[in-house]
Amino acid sequence: MTNERPTTLLAELTHRCPLHCPYCSNPLELTRAEREISTEDWKRVFSQARDLGVLQLGLSGGEPLIRKDLEELAAHANGLGLYQTLVTSGLGLTRQRADRLKEAGLEHIQVSIQDVDPESAERIAGISSVKQKRAAIAIVKELGFAFTINVVLHRQNLDRIGEITDFAAEVGADRLELANTQYYGWGLKNRSWLMPTRAQVGRAKAIAEDRMARYKGKMQMIFVLPDYHESYPKACYGGWGRYYIVVGPEGTAQPCHAASSIPGLAFPNVREYSLDWIWRESAGFQAFRGDDWMKEPCRSCPRKAVDFGGCRCQALALTGDAANPDPVCTLTPFRRIIDEAVTETEAAEFEYRQLAST
Amino acid sequence: MPEPGLTPASVPRLWRLARLGFDAVRNRPVLLYPEGAVLLNETGKAILELVDGTRTVAEIAEILREKYQTDVAADVTEYLSGLAARELIQ
Repeated sequence: MTNERPTTLLAELTHRCPLHCPYCSNPLELTRAEREISTEDWKRVFSQARDLGVLQLGLSGGEPLIRKDLEELAAHANGLGLYQTLVTSGLGLTRQRADRLKEAGLEHIQVSIQDVDPESAERIAGISSVKQKRAAIAIVKELGFAFTINVVLHRQNLDRIGEITDFAAEVGADRLELANTQYYGWGLKNRSWLMPTRAQVGRAKAIAEDRMARYKGKMQMIFVLPDYHESYPKACYGGWGRYYIVVGPEGTAQPCHAASSIPGLAFPNVREYSLDWIWRESAGFQAFRGDDWMKEPCRSCPRKAVDFGGCRCQALALTGDAANPDPVCTLTPFRRIIDEAVTETEAAEFEYRQLAST
Repeated sequence: MPEPGLTPASVPRLWRLARLGFDAVRNRPVLLYPEGAVLLNETGKAILELVDGTRTVAEIAEILREKYQTDVAADVTEYLSGLAARELIQ
């Protein structure tokens, strides 16, 4: 049980997407179109979410524009008074659809970009998308939507953080989210290609600080250091089952987008249960609430009120047990796993000179 | 980093992306913006409703002083400075 109310519903409307980014937050096993829940299911979920206290709705995916009922869903959410964000690649955002979304009451659009270097962007997304994104951004600006650019940062684009930020300012973004790759699911699979070096992170931090000062009052910038390069873990989703509900394309409701990777936990489907019951009663949402589940050193640590033990999915992926402390934490013996991974990345950067063998 | 606060002569303006709303579930006024929300009390709501991009902090405080029959100038400045530090007021 909990007396707290959720604030945010992340609706992953579909896993279908024209892009193939190697760090995608969708699960390794993607849901096929025929298993996606219906328009009526989503509308019911949005209504139940509002009744439960949700204020923010993320219309996400995959690429949510692939859902033909997106405008209808946005209109329904608008009627409920939810603040909506469309989380899109920009691909498929025609003038006509943007007009209809505006009419439906959508306020905020977040467009992802992969890089400012077109070749790199294409390599990361696995398809050419730069022109289409530019066109989408122009439409977002023309129609006066609140506008965020989101960039997932990693080894392949981190050195261009300054140019990326300048680009966002130039095209008139209200906000720029510089998000770090998270290493579970696809990100973990591709970690050696994605993880930045310590030197890269240090340079990026200095550049980000410079740009934050430069664009203050004009463009809001969100930049946090990647957790592998920090001493303490992040409060994942603000703590398990405290603020967020993520509903996947097939209707599974989870406390975070990767929770279903944790063995032994069952997450209910919104077609079978109300969101209220899922939030308050379901075993999945209760599993890592509070601190009863914690092991030492978390259980007796004052930081548990700050980070709630960190990310359960990262603990599982790297230590084999979701109830272990997040290995990012330097107060746990698991930290060596993180340090080893960072060191491996450094080692991949260069080769010692040596005489060619004869 | 210490933020320079607002002064009585400042003309506060709500961030373009933020809007006032009412949360019927919590029965509270609320400030909504991308990826966030601030639950407000009645005083906060009364202040923010007077923020229109033309009134100064002093003018807002004067209107509220008449309404509540008490000097609220310091509170108004502090409240709006707090929101300014979060970039919700510019």
